[in-house]
Amino acid sequence: MDLLTILQILDSSVRLAVPLLLACLAGLYSERAGIFDIGLEGKMLAAAFMAAAIAYTSGSAWVGLLAGIGASLVLSAVHGVASITFRGNQLISGVAINFLAAGLTVVIAQSWFAQGGRTPTLQGDARFEPITLPFAESLQSVPVIGPIYYELISGHSVLVYIAFLLVPLTWWVLYRTRFGLRLRAVGENPASVDTAGISVVQLRYIAVIICGVLCGLAGAYLSTALQAGFTKDMSAGRGFIALAALIFAKWRPWHALYATLLFGFLQALALRPDLLENTLGFKVNGQLLDALPYILTVVILAGFVGKAIPPRAGGEPYVKER
Amino acid sequence: MSETAPAIELKGISKAFGPVQANKDISIRVMPGTIHGIIGENGAGKSTLMSILYGFYKADAGEIWISGQKTTIPDSQAAIAAGIGMVFQHFKLVENFTVLENVVLGAEDGALLRPSLAKARRELKALAEEYELNVDPDALIEDIGVGMQQRVEILKALYRQADILILDEPTGVLTPAEADQLFRILERLKEEGKTIILITHKLREIMDTTDTVSVMRRGEMTATVKTSETSPPELAELMVGRKVLLRVEKKPAEVGDKILEVQNLNVTDEKGVHRVKDVSFDVKAGEILGIAGVAGNGQSELLEVLGGYEKATGSIKVNGQEIDLTGAKSDGRSRRERGISHVPEDRQSEGLIMDYMAWENVAFGYHHDDRYNKGIRMDNAAIRADTEAKMERFDVRPPNPKLAAKSFSGGNQQKIVLAREIERNPDLLLIGQPTRGVDIGAIEFIHQQIVALRDQGKAILLVSVELEEILSLSDRIAVMFDGRIMGERMPDQTDEKELGLLMAGMTKGAA
Repeated sequence: MDLLTILQILDSSVRLAVPLLLACLAGLYSERAGIFDIGLEGKMLAAAFMAAAIAYTSGSAWVGLLAGIGASLVLSAVHGVASITFRGNQLISGVAINFLAAGLTVVIAQSWFAQGGRTPTLQGDARFEPITLPFAESLQSVPVIGPIYYELISGHSVLVYIAFLLVPLTWWVLYRTRFGLRLRAVGENPASVDTAGISVVQLRYIAVIICGVLCGLAGAYLSTALQAGFTKDMSAGRGFIALAALIFAKWRPWHALYATLLFGFLQALALRPDLLENTLGFKVNGQLLDALPYILTVVILAGFVGKAIPPRAGGEPYVKER
Repeated sequence: MSETAPAIELKGISKAFGPVQANKDISIRVMPGTIHGIIGENGAGKSTLMSILYGFYKADAGEIWISGQKTTIPDSQAAIAAGIGMVFQHFKLVENFTVLENVVLGAEDGALLRPSLAKARRELKALAEEYELNVDPDALIEDIGVGMQQRVEILKALYRQADILILDEPTGVLTPAEADQLFRILERLKEEGKTIILITHKLREIMDTTDTVSVMRRGEMTATVKTSETSPPELAELMVGRKVLLRVEKKPAEVGDKILEVQNLNVTDEKGVHRVKDVSFDVKAGEILGIAGVAGNGQSELLEVLGGYEKATGSIKVNGQEIDLTGAKSDGRSRRERGISHVPEDRQSEGLIMDYMAWENVAFGYHHDDRYNKGIRMDNAAIRADTEAKMERFDVRPPNPKLAAKSFSGGNQQKIVLAREIERNPDLLLIGQPTRGVDIGAIEFIHQQIVALRDQGKAILLVSVELEEILSLSDRIAVMFDGRIMGERMPDQTDEKELGLLMAGMTKGAA
């Protein structure tokens, strides 16, 4: 395998890792605050549809992005009201959101565009185009570094760079700010936050809103950057792989990056069965590669690679004790 | 003579939860620089009153005055601003945060964490010197003991400049030595001019530490007296509303044959932690063996093994016959068939199903009894009749078998479990924390029942974290620490101090 092939694989790993990373960070904010969210998938899907639909009608990817975030926020609000205000079961609320999004996106897309539950193909400004970083062209001839810069680092859409910048930002927010301290505390022991005179409800709503924004980014990326338009069920389980990555990362931002890059890499490999066959000398079942993130997560959960302890108050509505 | 304003004055506070009047027209004055005790049974309304003061609940009526100023306390933030700090019975700490982070949480100086943490570190050092409250600021909460965790709670309050400190049942989780240390800290805080409210149901703590004591009963404040002018029997009478026997009356034990023999028992839990280490002891007919120890030192696991729902290695004999510790016969039913009855430590999760009715609970574990069955059907009418009779004999109030277990008070729940187990006429009764969360009046009754069973020649293994209970009931006392039995003592040849040292893992020579 030559350098260029390796770089192409890594390049596609990066592009496939981005929606996972955004969704994983979304889940991280929510779950660190004690609100489990299996509705990441549904929120991504709704955002993907809305972003594509509005980008098509308005002709602007940015307007589409805002619409996608808006759609995701509406579902976040549903989850917040159900699980924070009404203290409902967070898993049930999440499942409901996934069903809602899976059905509604197709129905609305069909009645809106009448193209079999998809949006028309996005062109021009309706899509996030790759950005060529400065000097990428001129450095291309420099051995090793040049191709790495040109192929791997340059040439992604702006959302990719935003996603990667969100990792250090999330780390900083979580561990270096007052908000981060409170967010982590409310997921571990909401009573301690409550008795310190801080509103548990408000903190959790903020976390759920951040989760909604990030899921919106992830969904918009799918339909307006990675692909050129919305297709039925296009999130394809990424919300669940992001959850698996979150457990794999033990709810830590940098580890979330590593986990989603690994899972992105596995997805990239699954797209190139020829490469794997040539390198290994035998055929690897693509479905096995698709299943690997889940298998790895089960291994983690079984405690083989250290223990993954979720935030202690996760999944439980906070009820003030008498 | 100029009169100083009370640190806290409550006037006519009332609070109802639905039809239940938790606080009825309560007025109280707490003078600055004093330790003021509030004593009362469970459900007397102590915690509700303090929750109103800390902004958790809003009173239906009444006024709060802080240092001569009328104040409203709509939330905890307002309580903190008014200089009130609260140390809850169950600590409100984030387990995987450091001491420093816990202290800072909610009292940060700005949006960024570092300056706040640096400032808190300096202040903690100053507070540690001023009040002798040494804690490692970088230790994780989950790594330090409960005594230390309680200090962190006190430091949290002091860091927020609290002048009034409310402590809710602070000694429940402490060893006697840790409790003494706590009271020294409270004395010190008082000397520095802080006002302390101590909520407890332990008469001895009130007598030893407070200047003034208020007694609550059924939501009402029945009396406020100077501690030096009252006595434990008087306080108990004020709490319960009738004369209470504080000492257990019992004859010397008439000890018979060995009923239970435990040899080299070892228990490792599912996390791989070695909980019970090489424990050997026996219990004879007609005696009560009390096992003392701070919660979490292997007593619970010991009871679970004996009760048949935890595996172990070693040997246990009942009436001279070996008991299956790991195989098919190591379950609760087999144990009951061998004459062992078990009143578990946590009646709400292990002794009862709270949503089920009393009569259903009485049948649990004994549902295969012939008297309760008619062919393949359960004879519900017979169970209900039996429950009614048991409730009568054990003075369960209200004596209604169709009421859900959760609708009874703690004492009455315990009486239901006790009636179910004792009336099986066991050879050996295992009983854990018999009076946890039980009113003084019911404690008296439960203790009498245990002693009566002993006098019938039964063997009783009593596990309790209440040292007073161990001392007054037991005929022999074993102390557990870190999974081992540290030693056995006779109750008339030992005292709380010696047992306290054993409970902390110190033998006399080392201390």
